[in-house]
Amino acid sequence: MKRLLAGLLVWMAAFTAFGQGSTLEIVITEGQDRARPLAIVPFQWLGEGEKPYDFAEVIAADLTRSGRFSPVARNQLPATPGKDTEINDYSRWARLGVEALLVGEVSPLSGNRFQVTYELIDPLRGQITGGTAQAMVDGALVNSNEHIIEGRSSVVSPAQFRQYAHRISDVVYEALTGERGAFLTRIAYIYIDWDAENPYHLMVSDYDGYNERVLLRSPEPLMSPTWSPDGNKVAYVSFENGRPEIFIQDIYTTQREKLTSFPGINGSPAWSPDGKKMAMVLSKDGAPDIYVMDIESRQLTKITDHWRIDTEPSWTPDGKSLVFTSERGGRAQVYRVDLDTKRVSRITFEGESNLGGNVTPDGNGIVVVHRANGLFHIARQDFPRGNLQVLTQTSLDESPSIAPNGSMIIYSTTYRDRQVLALVSMDGRFRARLPAREGEVKAPAWSPFL
Amino acid sequence: MQLNKVVKALAFAIPVLALAACSSTPDADSDTTGTSDTQASQDRRGVEVGGADRMRTPEEQRQQRYAELRQETTIYFDFDDSGIRSEFAELLSAHADYLVRNPSVSVVIEGHTDERGTPEYNIALGERRAKAVGDYMRNLGVQSSQITTVSYGEEKPIARGSNERAWSQNRRAVLVY
Repeated sequence: MKRLLAGLLVWMAAFTAFGQGSTLEIVITEGQDRARPLAIVPFQWLGEGEKPYDFAEVIAADLTRSGRFSPVARNQLPATPGKDTEINDYSRWARLGVEALLVGEVSPLSGNRFQVTYELIDPLRGQITGGTAQAMVDGALVNSNEHIIEGRSSVVSPAQFRQYAHRISDVVYEALTGERGAFLTRIAYIYIDWDAENPYHLMVSDYDGYNERVLLRSPEPLMSPTWSPDGNKVAYVSFENGRPEIFIQDIYTTQREKLTSFPGINGSPAWSPDGKKMAMVLSKDGAPDIYVMDIESRQLTKITDHWRIDTEPSWTPDGKSLVFTSERGGRAQVYRVDLDTKRVSRITFEGESNLGGNVTPDGNGIVVVHRANGLFHIARQDFPRGNLQVLTQTSLDESPSIAPNGSMIIYSTTYRDRQVLALVSMDGRFRARLPAREGEVKAPAWSPFL
Repeated sequence: MQLNKVVKALAFAIPVLALAACSSTPDADSDTTGTSDTQASQDRRGVEVGGADRMRTPEEQRQQRYAELRQETTIYFDFDDSGIRSEFAELLSAHADYLVRNPSVSVVIEGHTDERGTPEYNIALGERRAKAVGDYMRNLGVQSSQITTVSYGEEKPIARGSNERAWSQNRRAVLVY
């Protein structure tokens, strides 16, 4: 039943390195002033010669990019302790105005492995207790070290350095915000190099643009990448056979299967939260309608049936309903359909039209492409009803995708006549651009937690 | 706009071609005998035999005009609209006429949009444009079996750039034989 396709026209190169370095590079355009100061102290290297990796640099970049934090420049740090016991004066750190400082040590082990130890310290608390707070535990007075917010140690190999740095960023972010970090995530997107023989590329990279890999190269358009909930597969639309078809590809094994090839549109795939079903758009019966397919059995259920355009299905986190874009009311607006009752209700009302709805992971909001006065911006509305807030000021914004912790939105926009990716925080305060060095980048999809 | 130029050029060229057909210029498709007479005249010395071109029937003139029109395979649309503009009626009639007379020939109608709006919505809009052209051709007698439609949405722009000039060229349907 499952046909594995060896694409003849298509060059597939799973996880072959793409070019040199990364194509995407983040330029923060707004929102730094509201971020909370932090001290990320360069980790002490306890071995011989050059230190093998600059963990602090990656962690500082992560936390800056979250829009929540603003790490103090290295040359302004009063000292470079490697651990809490090396700090003799907390007040110097408290005076720096930082709410926390991260210190760490890297020591060599046998077999090209390294022990990485780090501590996240509250300098104000340390200043009060002198670093040696004592507390009564089972009737005895013990040192509590309550000024140390987090402290961990791990053995890592050089290939895991960057990943482990992102892990530390996650720990710091969660400790200080109470919200899970999304630094160990990836994005899938479409990269177009108009001058190449195969212009259309399906790409996967770390969320920050590093470790970019080509999953597929094609002479014909590729669209709509979307992640499986386990983060192992992407579904997408390929025109390699002269018409749109939905494919599923394992990003590690490169195994690829064609899911649909109906007459007309096969588009906008979206995995259900349990990973068993795929919502999609098919126009085999005339106008584009929303369908849900059971991936294992390929059984198809028609969800909407309207003579005007229905498209862009997106699951609510509970998996019980879909939001979608429909023209049934005239202009395109976002609607919700209950999968059991098939009852349809309209959700968006503001502006000329609203498209591409994505419900936030907590189910309290919906992110849409909002058109007003002929301009397309990313906006957030309470879900299902409520206030709509425009988040971006870029132009021709489309394809919003929400980070799995709900903190940030990645989307496609136009900058200097080229399509580029951009980030905006859910409150709209932090904005950054991820320009490609050349070509166009579009259709970003943020992975689940990996 | 590029297309206006083409239309204007054709509007000028068609009467010229029609006039040319009435003049003494040999025409490959209507006057083969005249050509052989001229060659024969070169063998017989002393006399020169001339021949007038047969007057073209209105039907032949129409075919000539349609053949010229069929060189153009792209029609353009207004923003967020799939209505066939009246200026493209004759162009589509020319293609439909050809397909009706050649039932074994099939055509793929590609629908395209400009970059505004979401890619998924634009795939649907591009399909609506392609289908509008297909319906138009069917109404002119073309068999459904001769027509396939495919929408590329905003994915295959012919002009790049985020301005009305590029957008107007990208909002199109293309007939591919």
